[in-house]
Amino acid sequence: MTDKTTTKVRTQVSGAGARRNLLKAATGAAALGLIPVRATAQADPRSMRPQAGDRFVYSSGPRKGAVIATSDLTAGGPHVTAYAQHPESAVVRDGSRLNEVLLVRLDPRDLTDTARVNAPDGVVAFSAICTHAGCSDWAWDAAKKMLKCPCHESEFDPKDEARVSVGPATRRLPRLPVKVTDGALVVTGAFIGRIGSDLT
Amino acid sequence: MLAAFAAQPAGAQNIANYQPVTEARLLKPEPQNWLHYRGNFEGWGYSSLDRITTQNVRRLKPVWTFSTGTVEGHQAPPFVNNGVMFVSTPGNQVLALNAKTGDLIWRYKRELPEDIIQSHPTNRGIALFEDKVYLATLDAFVVALDAKTGKMLWESKVDDYKRAYYFTLAPLVAKGKVMVGTSGGEFGIRGYVAALDAQTGKEVWRTYTVPAPGEPGHDSWQGEDHWKTGGGSVWVTGHYDPKLNTAYWGTGNPSPWVGDMHPGDSLYTASVIALDVDTGNMRAYHQYTPNESWDWDEVSAPLLIEFKRNGRDIQGLVHPGRNGYLWLLERQQDAIKFVDAKPFVKQEVFTAIDPKTGRPTVDESKKPAIGKTVTFCPSHWGGKDWPPAAWNPKTRLLYVPAHENLCSTFKSDEKRPDYEAGKRFAGTDAAATRVFRREGAKHIGELQAWDLDTGKKVWTYEYPHINWGPVLTTGGGLVFAGGSSDRMFRAFDARTGKVLWEFRANSGVTAVPVSYMVDGVQYIAVQAGLGVDAQKMITRLDQTMKTSTYVPQGGVIWVFAVKD
Repeated sequence: MTDKTTTKVRTQVSGAGARRNLLKAATGAAALGLIPVRATAQADPRSMRPQAGDRFVYSSGPRKGAVIATSDLTAGGPHVTAYAQHPESAVVRDGSRLNEVLLVRLDPRDLTDTARVNAPDGVVAFSAICTHAGCSDWAWDAAKKMLKCPCHESEFDPKDEARVSVGPATRRLPRLPVKVTDGALVVTGAFIGRIGSDLT
Repeated sequence: MLAAFAAQPAGAQNIANYQPVTEARLLKPEPQNWLHYRGNFEGWGYSSLDRITTQNVRRLKPVWTFSTGTVEGHQAPPFVNNGVMFVSTPGNQVLALNAKTGDLIWRYKRELPEDIIQSHPTNRGIALFEDKVYLATLDAFVVALDAKTGKMLWESKVDDYKRAYYFTLAPLVAKGKVMVGTSGGEFGIRGYVAALDAQTGKEVWRTYTVPAPGEPGHDSWQGEDHWKTGGGSVWVTGHYDPKLNTAYWGTGNPSPWVGDMHPGDSLYTASVIALDVDTGNMRAYHQYTPNESWDWDEVSAPLLIEFKRNGRDIQGLVHPGRNGYLWLLERQQDAIKFVDAKPFVKQEVFTAIDPKTGRPTVDESKKPAIGKTVTFCPSHWGGKDWPPAAWNPKTRLLYVPAHENLCSTFKSDEKRPDYEAGKRFAGTDAAATRVFRREGAKHIGELQAWDLDTGKKVWTYEYPHINWGPVLTTGGGLVFAGGSSDRMFRAFDARTGKVLWEFRANSGVTAVPVSYMVDGVQYIAVQAGLGVDAQKMITRLDQTMKTSTYVPQGGVIWVFAVKD
């Protein structure tokens, strides 16, 4: 492998990701007034990540769309999956599967000291997108109180800020800070950490 | 940024004198090249090259390597056309390299959408035809690249990845068509094989593996609308008989996994299907496991082998199945006839096989069912998963990578799950699934050699742990395979099973090995880079065996030759 050869290598990129970058590039140009563009994904309230002040609704199952109160969550698990909802407009932020959230209610005494912060009544919230390959179908290990991803067997500890206890994932699930206001579970800030798979 | 993507990168190195891969060459590939997923249309995994022999293989040494820059399951064979190697990796990257020196000629990388689920982060290979390289992608496209430059010539959207349709297989190219099958059997897809025009990318035909109302076989689906989410993935490349103008494909599990969640035989899942390459019409099928319930996808296409039985030469279809039986079938115009089936690992589910039809009788106590927890052997990864077996016409032996002494426990849900596009649709509690080594057993992985003419096993090599090693066999009387968690890549004496050479790679070797020749030197090439199901099996076994097994990830292309 000579330098001469490697410097001549052609690298091609294509695919939906590349088109997305084109859109980003176009958006940047639009900010400079160069190209008119339609509203982008980030401006679409359905596609926005959970925002401070949002509440939660079930993302699937028989109660899909119903608002989740702390009392709806079974102490000690299992988890439920949710989307954030803007309280005034009732817009559910389900425009991207990357917005889905895992809610787990645990005994606060089982949480680590750092996990107990922003965990009202023991409720912790994480991104539902596995950091390994992007799966979002979760199983609950009731004995160990662990979140298991059946795609590739990664296991995360919700008692310790979704630390990886079994790989192949190498990064914890991003946490979403929450509080309880008048019995309602409310988002207080943005996800802590990058949402999505480490493979893309 | 816009400009960077709009313009072509400068300074591309063209391949001088690239020899187009014609239909005639595909029908009769030269010994020095590797033009098919398995080396020929019949799926043999055989190279007639014989300069590396049982006598000199101990002097086999690496001559060059290339880091792929990616993790996860490296499973694809290096394809070689007159000194140019094409390799695909996880993440839908294709590398074109000088097969003699390892110089990189061009690189293509598909940027996958950020919301994609990579349930199987792998790619099992490209296809070559004329002056193009074809890649089936995880976001359900087929892409055609210029073999000389890597420039994308067209891309054709075949399906919607957001509904968990995705491609992991190497396309099959025959008669000017690029054929692909869909993955997604854990998500309630409806499986199919689709054929695109090799020049334009336009879809020519699509044949579903689950029949719609009014189509033959539909009455094997009893539940209303079950067929719409009935599974039957096509995970792996089909094999092709040009005389019959027929391609043979293996099909995966029905969805959900649990049998009484999809009552009926659930055709054409867990089957081999025979498709007319011109029209896609299904000419015949054989279902290995009716109402399949154990996640026993029959992912591999049967090998096209002529074998002897009862004094007769049979144009066979040979399939070491995930259900743990070695299936011998006869291929005919518009028919597949059952010949014989026998277990190649301990199989505790089937109690009998109908000698005329091949239909198994099942021990119902070992069949997953709604609301029940059931243990069965072999495990849900079966006697043999996707790693392909190989056939050597000189030794007349079939080489099978197997898992023996492995069992699973499934806890099925209390009811059939509601389908939701893009969501898991298996019907079992994944947290309660167990995979374990049989009590008292000393080994799990096996490499087996079978004489198809006598129906007898000739030799077995045992691995203490897993074996996810696709098999290559050569005219030099050798068998090459990796697959074990000790990261070894081995050469066996094809007649005796004796290990003649082994090499410790950077990671586990779960990719398809190949052989080729440039300037009179025979090479052996394989990717190392363990991931996907091999990784999952290791994790599951660690849970039940109380072990801690670490196999590093990361892909490397290894190329070996005998040095004096």
